Amino acid sequence: MAPRREVAESCLEFLYIELVQSYERKDAECAEKGDGRASRAALESIGFQVGQQLAERYTIDRARFADHLEVIKFICKEFWSEIFRKQVDHLKTNRHRALFVLQDDRFRWLRHLSLPAEQTSNTEAVAKYLVFPCGLIKGALSSFGVNCEVTAEISEDARKPTQCSFEVRIK
Amino acid sequence: MEKINAELFTLTYGSTVRQLLIDNEENVDAVNVQLDKMGYNIGIRLVDEFLAKSSGARCRDFKEAAEMIAKHGLKMFLGVTASVSNWNADNTECSLIMDDNPMVDFVELPEQYSNLSYCNMLCGVFRGALEMVNMRVECWYVRDLLRGDDVFEMRLKLLEVTAESYNDED
Repeated sequence: MAPRREVAESCLEFLYIELVQSYERKDAECAEKGDGRASRAALESIGFQVGQQLAERYTIDRARFADHLEVIKFICKEFWSEIFRKQVDHLKTNRHRALFVLQDDRFRWLRHLSLPAEQTSNTEAVAKYLVFPCGLIKGALSSFGVNCEVTAEISEDARKPTQCSFEVRIK
Repeated sequence: MEKINAELFTLTYGSTVRQLLIDNEENVDAVNVQLDKMGYNIGIRLVDEFLAKSSGARCRDFKEAAEMIAKHGLKMFLGVTASVSNWNADNTECSLIMDDNPMVDFVELPEQYSNLSYCNMLCGVFRGALEMVNMRVECWYVRDLLRGDDVFEMRLKLLEVTAESYNDED
């Protein structure tokens, strides 16, 4: 394996923002032909592949996980720290452990987005930037055999613009 | 400048190229164009960060700009440097030579993609960034590590110096 090397974090930010925006432009072009949703799948798929590859790299020397909860805890701690440089702040689950909510109070990938001034449209403006990280989480989980859907929501509290929750629904 | 482990960036770039190949039904030429376009959009945004973080950096001409990219720009963002050589007689065309680039770590191109210019996004970045400092350029690869060459050689050609839109002489 190649030695760990570093690049500027902004390389990733620029690439990721451009990905979202270029697919948005593509959607706008396709919307005229009645097919304006393809980009969501493409962005999720890019994230999925990256998540899968990273999860494999991060767990090479690790024993297998005993259950879903253990996998989710790994995602909240090690995986999150590697990628988003902090751990998930709150983890919630339902009684059957088929639904997990991962809340990050300062989601790193939202901190440099310049959003439109009017607060009401922020939720939608931000949502498109969360498709890629959702794919990333889904890909990582799938590499541990956890088949799921991942969606994200941002906080409606204007004082917490980077607070964000990821909902993992096990299939 | 905050740094991250390169592998996250490298894998994201790779996954992007792969998705563009799917989106364009394996049409390699279309992917090359798309990568360049995306790079251009990035370049016009990235130049601000570069100028802000490299305080005092001014390029009086194309020759200085090429050196600035090779020695400082690439270093700041990708952690590598390039050498500038093969200038033409009137200093409007040169080569940036890199023997390493984190974008291609873990990458091998299957034979059917031999015309894919995998790192073409970087050409677009240079084009976009230079346009923001009033230099319209063309940029392309003449040698490519992934296509069997021993280094990356990017050719940079100045097409036009556009007029300054403001006066910063004094």
